[in-house]
Amino acid sequence: MSFFTEENRALAGEIIGRYPKRRSAMIPLLHVAQGQAGWVTPEAMTEIAELVDTTPAEVLGTCSFYEMFKREPVGKYLVNICVTMSCALAGAVELMEHAEERLGVRAGGTTPDGMFTLASAECQAACTEAPCLQVNYRYRYRVDTEGFDQLIDDLASGSLAGEIPQHGITARVRQHIPADRAVGAVPPAEVNEAPVWLAAPAPNGAGPA
Amino acid sequence: MASYTIPHAPGFVANDAPRIVTERFDDPAGFTLERYLATGGYDGLRAALERPPDEVHSEVRDATLLGRGGAGFPAGVKWGFCPPGVWPRYLVVNGDESEPGTYKDRLLMELDPHQLIEGCLIACYAVGLSQCFLYIRGEMALAQERVAQALNEAYEAGWVGRSICGTDFSVDIVLHSGAGAYVVGEETALIESLEGNRGMPRLKPPYFPAAIGLYGQPTIVNNVETLSNLPWIMRNGAEAFTAIGTSTSPGTRMIAVSGHVQRPGVYEITNGATTFRDLIYGEDYCRGPHPGRELKAFVPGGGSAPWFTPAQLDLPFEASEVGPQGSMLGSGAVMVMDDTTDIPAAALTLTKFYAHESCGKCVPCREGATWLERVLRRVCDGTGTPRDLDVLLEVGASISPGDFPHAAVPERGLEAKPFPYQMTTICFVGPSAFAPVHSALTLFPEEFEARVVANAHLDAELSGDPVSEVPVSV
Repeated sequence: MSFFTEENRALAGEIIGRYPKRRSAMIPLLHVAQGQAGWVTPEAMTEIAELVDTTPAEVLGTCSFYEMFKREPVGKYLVNICVTMSCALAGAVELMEHAEERLGVRAGGTTPDGMFTLASAECQAACTEAPCLQVNYRYRYRVDTEGFDQLIDDLASGSLAGEIPQHGITARVRQHIPADRAVGAVPPAEVNEAPVWLAAPAPNGAGPA
Repeated sequence: MASYTIPHAPGFVANDAPRIVTERFDDPAGFTLERYLATGGYDGLRAALERPPDEVHSEVRDATLLGRGGAGFPAGVKWGFCPPGVWPRYLVVNGDESEPGTYKDRLLMELDPHQLIEGCLIACYAVGLSQCFLYIRGEMALAQERVAQALNEAYEAGWVGRSICGTDFSVDIVLHSGAGAYVVGEETALIESLEGNRGMPRLKPPYFPAAIGLYGQPTIVNNVETLSNLPWIMRNGAEAFTAIGTSTSPGTRMIAVSGHVQRPGVYEITNGATTFRDLIYGEDYCRGPHPGRELKAFVPGGGSAPWFTPAQLDLPFEASEVGPQGSMLGSGAVMVMDDTTDIPAAALTLTKFYAHESCGKCVPCREGATWLERVLRRVCDGTGTPRDLDVLLEVGASISPGDFPHAAVPERGLEAKPFPYQMTTICFVGPSAFAPVHSALTLFPEEFEARVVANAHLDAELSGDPVSEVPVSV
């Protein structure tokens, strides 16, 4: 009984193959798992442990270090309001109070219908556009209380479903390395000399067609 | 000079000052391979491939390209730290931008991902790096998508991967997404994270992963903005680069100015030539505080940097001038506070950040940052006592002993204490938790004293060592 779908198992294999050591794929695979279930389940961690040749406890150790990995279900939409300095100077505390009132949960809580999890977040790198928030890691800039209410209405009605995927899916575009172009992973145990181009300078003026 | 905002580049403001890394931000489709190639894209790589790798390395060394991630170490010198004869070597790109106030690597990845990819390739070629890992902060969904798309296009077109440009230069660039941990921006923590571990900084020495890095191999860790400068340097030469800015800080750098100014924005400024006054007050920059308000203080280099007051406005963006005055340029972020700012509360927004982000490896940071947050919160709430202010300094001294850097305060006869600080921790997260507290207490002690004076009688009821007597309730 596999946690990963067939498609995601293939994807996991492709990701693992890019790294000189399998364990390096752990965080990317945790993202794949969270994309599939919306959170990181114990079954997912057990299967990732097998895939990267380690123990479930090691996977839990890594998983629990990182803020984005949720080890219990969260809402379909994770609303992260930035409360660090630049946003705080622009009214983030008031925005958070309003959000708590509007959603009826405290920061960290999930609405009973499972639609929204509200969280206070640290600096999101949009400091000039304060106060800012992210819904499933999609930005909203200069959010006032009216703008917040509108956002929640739009999310609830489904009108933003095309722009904002459900929680767990961060990037919708994935890297794909074509087999005929790939160099392949360079494991330390298998390489002990300088790359060829260092030894022999490249010819002049070349370029792809 | 004229200035204008660009609708599709959130927060970015352009003006007539020289632009090196943001040239393509005007183009709404600048992130596509088609537009990149139409605007000189990959010409820098082509130019590099026509020369021997060590010449490319020399060119970058001659350009004195200082790292744009925070430490400001010259990239060309860092590259030279790889021990000879130890192979393979790796490149790890630090795109884990999360320093409070900092906001430029994200724009570079979203708006010009090919420039970054080209920079990675030039670095790999010059130093003989066999594989590149491009680590992007987990929360930056759009940046991950744009870089993934750009890599897919570049692979298909033959710019990345096997036999690049028909030469024997071959390297894979692997996109790797983080998952939310500020400390991973520290380069050894970044490597730990890339190895699938908890992102905790490694013990030093070795100080540079160039000696022992990813999988124990020589590893160059460079910031996104640093690498994004390389295509321009290869196209135009080190001499053209050093003609911009000053000899010790050549070129430009991106600075995000946020907080209480009329036009917050991300600006590409000329190193050394631009002053904080130009940036905060200039018509082509932030245009000063809002009408009727005055500048009170500013953070000159990201949340970790000690604060400045209007007395330091005429300092230029030049590390050798800012350091002796008690702070650092850090990661290119200025946060402005006007006269309405509640200083203790502002310091708390930063200290709580570092307390939250402490990885827990070093006790002085794990415990100390939490103490700083708790005690400061109590002071802000009005339940602190005068002794709490001593406690803050005492806890801070356990993270960073000795004189902590600060700006001069002429009216109280305080001279500047130069950067850097000492630390009892492996990395800078611990001292960074103390920096806002120390700055706020040193520059604006009266705001703290006013908060605690009513509770002075509580101190009288306590005796002995103030730290052990402090009630721990929050």
